[in-house]
Amino acid sequence: MATWHLTTPLRSEDVLQLRAGDVVLLSGDIYTARDAAHKRIMEQLDSGGTPPFPTEGAVVYYVGPAPAPPGRPIGSAGPTTSGRMDSYTPRMLALGVRATIGKGKRSDTVRNAMCEHGAVYLGATGGAGALLSQCVLAAEVVAYEELGPEAVRRLTVRDFPLLVINDACGGELYVTPKLDL
Amino acid sequence: MRIIEASAVHAAVRQMILAANRVLGDDVYAALKSSMESETSASGREVLRQLLENADLAASGGLALCQDTGAAVFFVEMGEDVRLGGGSLQHVLNSAMAQAYEEGCLRKSMCHPLTRCNTGDNRPAIVHTELVEGDRLTIRYMAKGGGSENMSRCTMLTPAQGWQGIKEFVVRRMAEAGPNPCPPTIVGVGIGGTFDLAPARAKRALFRRLDDVHPDAEVAAMETELLDALNALGIGPMGLGGRTTCLAVKIALHPCHIASLPVAVNVQCHSARHREVIL
Repeated sequence: MATWHLTTPLRSEDVLQLRAGDVVLLSGDIYTARDAAHKRIMEQLDSGGTPPFPTEGAVVYYVGPAPAPPGRPIGSAGPTTSGRMDSYTPRMLALGVRATIGKGKRSDTVRNAMCEHGAVYLGATGGAGALLSQCVLAAEVVAYEELGPEAVRRLTVRDFPLLVINDACGGELYVTPKLDL
Repeated sequence: MRIIEASAVHAAVRQMILAANRVLGDDVYAALKSSMESETSASGREVLRQLLENADLAASGGLALCQDTGAAVFFVEMGEDVRLGGGSLQHVLNSAMAQAYEEGCLRKSMCHPLTRCNTGDNRPAIVHTELVEGDRLTIRYMAKGGGSENMSRCTMLTPAQGWQGIKEFVVRRMAEAGPNPCPPTIVGVGIGGTFDLAPARAKRALFRRLDDVHPDAEVAAMETELLDALNALGIGPMGLGGRTTCLAVKIALHPCHIASLPVAVNVQCHSARHREVIL
């Protein structure tokens, strides 16, 4: 299992070399968006608009951070369950988003779309929000402030620790449960 | 009639919420630590190491253990010989909760179910109340995160399905949940009662310490049997494979109708944030 130091925006060659099980230490700007923000982005696209951040090579982090304590850029900021974003993800990937960060399983449709568009799904440790917040150097709301924790934020991260769960070649890290009833 | 001032309840609840969200229970911490020693999967061990580091950091830095600081769920036992002075219970729980979530930089996660508009202050709290004998007020608080709650289920089995049916339902549910509820999990199982009571009992069971043993030896044996079955699934920490899929199973039984066998599974992630205060 390789360890990669990658910086955003991601290039095709950055993404295509990744294999399920690899470790990625990600630096640069990433964008937060979860349920309500995705819905708003889709509505914007439907009405002929553009997403509120540059999508080419972008990394989208499924997170609704806790408010920043005094003197810190962000509060606890671990991943939320990605499956809830599955219905939106193929469209985001078609716009050039090269990686999504979350936790939990993705649908077959999303896995196929990742192969089609050359994108990966990266897992962060769920419930390690305090630890992960230490890798966030800056945070700024860029859209939908009224959505509170669900607003789109630009996070500047350094060495954000991730695991490749689904790669762009159909590889998957999650195990299939041994159901013996 | 004993009178407890609402201000005392407010202070106790506020403090309880802040502590629960920042300091992982010693029983859960110990369970994660001992799991790390027995975990065979390298990625599983790394996840457990991160979770312990996260707990240390949250406790020392006053940070929330998890960004999902949950729906605020309260189970209250109110003695029949006690009453609150200077405010209603519902009001004091809600206001202490809203204040703690604001002061503690805890995420406000409650929203309108259809418009999805955030209520802004984490209100309303979900409050279960029970009248009991005596003059004490027991308040239990749980920060119930959405990721694990979404994996919870309730079903109505037939009496003929019995324990085998219950076991199959719980194990199948957790296999389907896989990595989603942030394993290693703690699983509350409510067996019996009615359609509405079984999930409440399953949730209430999650307040038990991980290292306790059910006083009924038969139920204790069922808890062990289910725990072994869940860990045999091989899901492991965060679904990356390994032995540590579940830290504990807590079962609550309740008599039910002769025609019914309600069973509920309430899933709790490893970030099991709860506290209780007795006034």
